[in-house]
Amino acid sequence: MVGISCRAVAIAGMALGLTAFAASADPLVISNWDGYLAPDAIKQFNEATGNSAELVLHATNEEIMGKLIAAKGKGYDVVFVSSPFAEVLHNLGLAEELDHSKLPNLKNLYPEATTLAHDKGNTFSVPYTWGTTGLCYRSDLTPAPTSWNDLLKPTDALKGKTTMLATDRWLLAAGFLSEGYSVNETDKAKLQQTRDLLIAAKKTLLAYDDTTFYSKLVSGEAQLVQAWDGWCNYGITENPQIKYVIPKEGSDLWVDTMVILKASEHKDAAYAFINSMLDGKTHRWAAENILYKVPNKAAMEGLDPALLQKYPNMTMTSAELLKHEQLRDVGAAQRDYSRTVSEIMAAN
Amino acid sequence: MQDRKSLVLVAPAFAWLTAFMVVPCLLILALAFFRRGIYGGIDYTFTLENVAMVFDPLYARIFLKSAWIAGLAASIAAVVGYAAAYAIAAMPRRHQPALLFFAILPFWSNYLVRTYAWIVLLNREGLIVAIARWLGVEGALPQMLYTEGAVVLGLVYNYLPFVILAAYAPLSRLNPEIAEASRDLGAGGWTTFRRVILPITLPGVATGFVFVFVLSIGNFVTPALLGGGQFQMIGNLVYAQFLTANDWPFGSALSMVLIAVMLVLLTAQTYANERASTGRQASGGVDG
Repeated sequence: MVGISCRAVAIAGMALGLTAFAASADPLVISNWDGYLAPDAIKQFNEATGNSAELVLHATNEEIMGKLIAAKGKGYDVVFVSSPFAEVLHNLGLAEELDHSKLPNLKNLYPEATTLAHDKGNTFSVPYTWGTTGLCYRSDLTPAPTSWNDLLKPTDALKGKTTMLATDRWLLAAGFLSEGYSVNETDKAKLQQTRDLLIAAKKTLLAYDDTTFYSKLVSGEAQLVQAWDGWCNYGITENPQIKYVIPKEGSDLWVDTMVILKASEHKDAAYAFINSMLDGKTHRWAAENILYKVPNKAAMEGLDPALLQKYPNMTMTSAELLKHEQLRDVGAAQRDYSRTVSEIMAAN
Repeated sequence: MQDRKSLVLVAPAFAWLTAFMVVPCLLILALAFFRRGIYGGIDYTFTLENVAMVFDPLYARIFLKSAWIAGLAASIAAVVGYAAAYAIAAMPRRHQPALLFFAILPFWSNYLVRTYAWIVLLNREGLIVAIARWLGVEGALPQMLYTEGAVVLGLVYNYLPFVILAAYAPLSRLNPEIAEASRDLGAGGWTTFRRVILPITLPGVATGFVFVFVLSIGNFVTPALLGGGQFQMIGNLVYAQFLTANDWPFGSALSMVLIAVMLVLLTAQTYANERASTGRQASGGVDG
């Protein structure tokens, strides 16, 4: 009962919001992270196609998911989300089944980009960027790490000079990988074993950090950190002694995707937008400016060799990327994950 | 007539509070009794599981830890803030507004900026360590940033002005003749302070203490930034439920318990203040 009235209030609120919107215009709404598109990409798309696309920003996957789930996908046309969240949108029936004939630029993608585990054949999502999670370190201050255990069980010299990612999934992934488990492990006993490993590792950490870890490397405050490859590149920009390595136990393959909402009222424009993103030149912007690898052959082949030399992890091939397992939505086991992380955080 | 006029005046504030405070709180309360959907979102089936989970030893321990950190921050802020307010109230009247202005000046900058400033000061390659090195301190210096101490320091720094303002109000209204009377009756400076001034001004400090405690216990930015994410407080736990675990029902259950704790504290505080002021009036009134 209460549920129904809650929904009624929410729907009434949204209806008010939507009427206010309808009065102004009816633009194509694209939600993305800040700085994830070329600053003039929307303007160019509008000029080239006569659309009136509008960019709104979300800070995290969870933020946009909250909005999409509450509104059943209404109010948005295209969203940029990481692959496990694209999967959730698909499972909830909110993601549009893609008509490939409206996305001719899909041909620019590497063949591997169409075989991603979360969505084989790109039926509901189109990959935008992809990469790995590994170790980023100061090669002038510490020997090159080779294993996740170099981070989880550091030498005395490294104690207090390492950081790990604070986000649940990646924090746990480091533990899972070091023990040879899947990054999507849901077995409770294995989860507990990983928790104990990560609690022991916590005692040797400087901090959990997923926003400023590369600046800690630049200042020398940290010497070895768990990092996304693209973010390690930001450190390399400031100090060439910073290097990136994928531990021998492997990494996860993260993929950020573009999804069209089933509730979209501008499907053709939404397809046109995604197609324009897949254009080699447009997509190249992401690789050159965000320093993330993009799954677009045409874009990657157009990159300046100097850039690839400066950021060696950009040269990783799609075949190499595909060797790593993607983080998948773990459904009901998410509660166990969240509890495990709380146990790690509450441990002294 | 008068009643109707005040009713009209009070209505906008009342409507505002109802729409943006009472209704959201009720929604949160309702959410606490549903299940988390398998893909996040909410499954509208009634359950007491979330509320029961709040009292699980793991989460209860996080609550206690938060209360400990908030209590420590509030106690330090109360002592330091009272001393500062006392000093300001003892200054010549014409200087007092300027001194109060300086005390609340940090409020003019953003909370995050102030917190980041502490990171710049405290980190191992930071300003304090650099100054120590320059002064000739050798060897390994203790880690200051990303410790429990840094979290408490951040909370004290950010919320200190609340205590200063709350303690300054009764201190500035204090009739100097009371202190003189105490001295005339043979009490020394310390006895006068302890037996006369402190009891009169204590409610102000207590208000400041409760403010700092309530603001600290729900804080999540300071533990994340100055504690390096290693000290989970209840605020961080709520944040994580809403923004990473996508478990709104459990996040709501945690919030409700937190709000209940705060309400109890604030009610107790109001009750204590009322008792203190009626007590004083009954005994003849001292702060006129």
